[in-house]
Amino acid sequence: MIEIEGVSRRFGDTLAVDDVSLRVEAGTVTALVGASGSGKSTLLRMINRLIEPSAGTVRIDGRDAASVPGEALRRGIGYVIQGYGLFPHWTVSRNVATVPALLGWDRARIARRVDELLRLFDLDPDVYAAKLPHELSGGQQQRVGVARALAAEPKLLLMDEPFGALDPLIRAKAQDDLVALQRRLGITVVLVTHDMEEAIRLGHRIGVMERGRLLQYAPPAELLARPAPGYVERLMGGADRPFQLLSLLTVADARDDGPADVGADVAPVPETLDLRDALGLLLWRGVDSLPVVAADGAPRGRLTLSAVLRRAGRPA
Amino acid sequence: MSRSGETLRVAGTRAVRRASPAAIAGRLCAAALLLLLVLAPRLFAPAFRLLAEDGAPAIYDQGSLLQLTLDHVALVAGSTAASAIVAVVLGVLVTRPSGRDFLPLSRTLVNVGQVFPPVAVLAVAVPLVGFGLEPTLIALVLYGLLPIFENTVAGLDGVPAAVMDAARGMGLDPRRRFLSVELPLAMPLILAGIRLSAVINIGTATIGSTVAAKGLGEVILAGLGTGNTAFILQGGIIVGLLAVLVYDALGLLEARLAARAGRA
Amino acid sequence: MTASGAAAGRVPRARFPGFDRVGVVPAALAALALALPLVTFKPNRIAAGRGVAFWAALPPAAAAAGGLLLLLIGLAACLRVAPASRLGLALVALAALAGLVGLAPGAVALPGMPYARVSFAAGFWTLLLAFGIMAADGSARLALRPGPRVLLLGAVLLALAGLFASGWWNGLSILKEYAAHRDGFWAEAVTHGGLAFGSLFAALLVGLPLGVACARMPRLRGAALPALNVIQTIPSIAMYGLMMVPLGLLAGAVPFLGALGIRGIGAAPAGLALFLYALLPVVANTAVGLDGVPRDAVEAARGMGMGGARRLRAVELPLAAPVILTGVRIVLVQNIGLVTVAALIGGGGFGTFVFQGTSQAAIDLVLLGAVPTVVLAFTAAVLLDAAAEAAGRTPA
Ligand SMILES: Nc1ncnc2c1ncn2[C@@H]1O[C@H](COP(=O)(O)OP(=O)(O)O)[C@@H](O)[C@H]1O
Ligand SMILES: [Mg+2]
Repeated sequence: MIEIEGVSRRFGDTLAVDDVSLRVEAGTVTALVGASGSGKSTLLRMINRLIEPSAGTVRIDGRDAASVPGEALRRGIGYVIQGYGLFPHWTVSRNVATVPALLGWDRARIARRVDELLRLFDLDPDVYAAKLPHELSGGQQQRVGVARALAAEPKLLLMDEPFGALDPLIRAKAQDDLVALQRRLGITVVLVTHDMEEAIRLGHRIGVMERGRLLQYAPPAELLARPAPGYVERLMGGADRPFQLLSLLTVADARDDGPADVGADVAPVPETLDLRDALGLLLWRGVDSLPVVAADGAPRGRLTLSAVLRRAGRPA
Repeated sequence: MSRSGETLRVAGTRAVRRASPAAIAGRLCAAALLLLLVLAPRLFAPAFRLLAEDGAPAIYDQGSLLQLTLDHVALVAGSTAASAIVAVVLGVLVTRPSGRDFLPLSRTLVNVGQVFPPVAVLAVAVPLVGFGLEPTLIALVLYGLLPIFENTVAGLDGVPAAVMDAARGMGLDPRRRFLSVELPLAMPLILAGIRLSAVINIGTATIGSTVAAKGLGEVILAGLGTGNTAFILQGGIIVGLLAVLVYDALGLLEARLAARAGRA
Repeated sequence: MTASGAAAGRVPRARFPGFDRVGVVPAALAALALALPLVTFKPNRIAAGRGVAFWAALPPAAAAAGGLLLLLIGLAACLRVAPASRLGLALVALAALAGLVGLAPGAVALPGMPYARVSFAAGFWTLLLAFGIMAADGSARLALRPGPRVLLLGAVLLALAGLFASGWWNGLSILKEYAAHRDGFWAEAVTHGGLAFGSLFAALLVGLPLGVACARMPRLRGAALPALNVIQTIPSIAMYGLMMVPLGLLAGAVPFLGALGIRGIGAAPAGLALFLYALLPVVANTAVGLDGVPRDAVEAARGMGMGGARRLRAVELPLAAPVILTGVRIVLVQNIGLVTVAALIGGGGFGTFVFQGTSQAAIDLVLLGAVPTVVLAFTAAVLLDAAAEAAGRTPA
């Protein structure tokens, strides 16, 4: 758990972060969104004290971050940045081993951990362990960057626009991987992005920043439903708001037990599919309802177009 | 002499990366020729005799060519090493946060330093320290500073910001960040500076013979003094080969380091 | 980036300008210089010299006023003054130094000593260095645009010319050497300039087309650039020596060429060597400059129906101009310095005085050759830097 209380940071005459307070629950993903220069990175970097706050306190698991020596603190927190910052003169495995080596793990343990991580990130150790970063594709470099950040098994992962340099197809895959990874490891993630869609897709809670201030800090659904007047409202007010809203729900949230009004040959939708994609299927097939199935293939009633549309409107 | 740090900014001249068989053969031939010219100059007497005015000696006879070559190399190696130490330390200092203020000024000074011809520095040093080794050493060390300093700064500055940010973010302390990240990444460029310095110094040391420093310039000067073209050619070929081979050898080393630094 | 930035932000603005660490360098040098001998006094040209301190080398009033002024300006360098004031004060100090040192011969040498020589000593050079650094620092921080930079240089050169024309320095040894070598000086100046600029001109004639060809033909480039690089590596004396041999043989075999002044010694081998040295920067920078021309611009020109030659002239070369001009700057500064060595093979130029001075142990004669070389190289560097910058700025 991270508690940020009244934190500010000044650079000369600019107030990069202005009296921000927020709480990140353990095991959740928090996305910080805002235009470039709004202070997201500065706020993130005050968590691992790459930047010292001018005022306010940051507590991690109840402990004042300022009471721990900066380097020791950072060795216990994963950190991923936009350019990945892989050491170009070190092999993939040495890059991944950076923090464990700093922490003085023994060789065998480091080797085991590196091997495990590379496999976890779909990088065959026999092929990739000895490669230099410039021999990898962008997506592979990104994965090595995340693997390196997780090497010493941190409970907290800070990510500053980690997908910013990826092209859209690879980015979507990397986002999905992150979601799966976070669920599996149960780690706490704070992620900076300037892409609201990414924030909605990844964040359990979203913090919207503008000119150093945290304007609203809420779960995505609430942000969409009740954006704070002014900047956030304008930011969320795009024509695609209904679709964003739907993307937060799954088929399971909208199904009912009635019979699907289609022939038996129509493929059913899985109940874990998000409603945005489900709406796409309904429209594409030109039907008013589709049968729903559970992961194991058991029938789960139906999904109707009207049930989906009802959830796409402004919530009461 | 010459070509001070300037060559550095000639665009697109980089260390040779992979040696073709022809290049390797060329290098071996050049090295063999240099060795023979220095160790067994008599072998070339028939060729040089064509150039010597009748009666004049065809092969340099006023001292041992081997000794002169060794003196020359020692002078260049010593001065380049001294320049390298001073310039790298200075380059590191002005790229630390506490020394950053000095960076623009030191850049300007390095630029201005390049307009001083080494001949002039040599000649002006003579009244200060007398004839012989000292003025040459002063000129060589001062001259050697420029390219090495410039490249050290460029190399350290060129370490990608994301890499330094990641290093800090993972908890590397300043000493580790410098020794295991910045310095190795800057090393190919630093070495390129040292290479340039060494080559400039080989030339300046040759001119050092005009102020009585021991070195291969003596052979050429003896030729110029007595109008003996054979000496001039002999000295010129030896110094030229030495410079080209040193430049080349350091270039290979640099290319290897660059490949290791993941910048190939 | 660190907490200090925030701390600095909170400190109330003091009325007194803050302390400037970089300025300490010139200030310390200036303070040190005042303790060193300002000039050397010699009863005659070849006698041993005796250093004379700043205070003793000048009339008491001038020493007191001048010393105070220089110290105050040095002190100002340590404060956070605006870059323009920093540069202005440094120029005032340099002017004051030039004025003061002109008083030294009158104060040090007695009227009845016609052969006495008063030359610059360590104190003078250190003061020059100190305020030169201060001026460089000021202009670096001021980040002047090309135009004003060239104007400033012109003003400084004019002031120098005025100083010499006024005769204020005539009592100083370097100007006595000038008086003794007046005719030779200007002849060597012409030779020096002719060799440096002539070889540049020839290198441009050959190098520009070769550079364009290299940009178009990778194989040619792969052969030409390494070869030119090897040429650059050969030390200048060796290069001059190597050029003497073929030219000597040629002149011997073809008397007509000999009659044209092409001989094994003299300006011809020097010019040839300089030309060869000059090729690499011209060719490499032309090729790389052309590489850097945005593809879109070339495609657009092609799309509008421009032919190859026209495209090169109207689009590619103007866009590559900054890089090419940087190459020209390299060549010119390099060649101006290299010409000094040509004197060894009878090529003439300012190096003649340098080598004569060395053999006569006459430092002022060395300076008579060295100072104009440095001034010339510096001028060339500033002008061409400005040109390259202006070419990169203005829409071509
Ligand atoms: N090290 C620094 N020095 C001075 N100003 C900075 C520094 N880092 C950030 N800033 C300023 O603080 C503001 C917020 O920057 P940042 O946190 O990087 O924004 P974001 O990550 O949202 O784009 C910007 O105005 C930026 O210019
Ligand atoms: Mg940012």
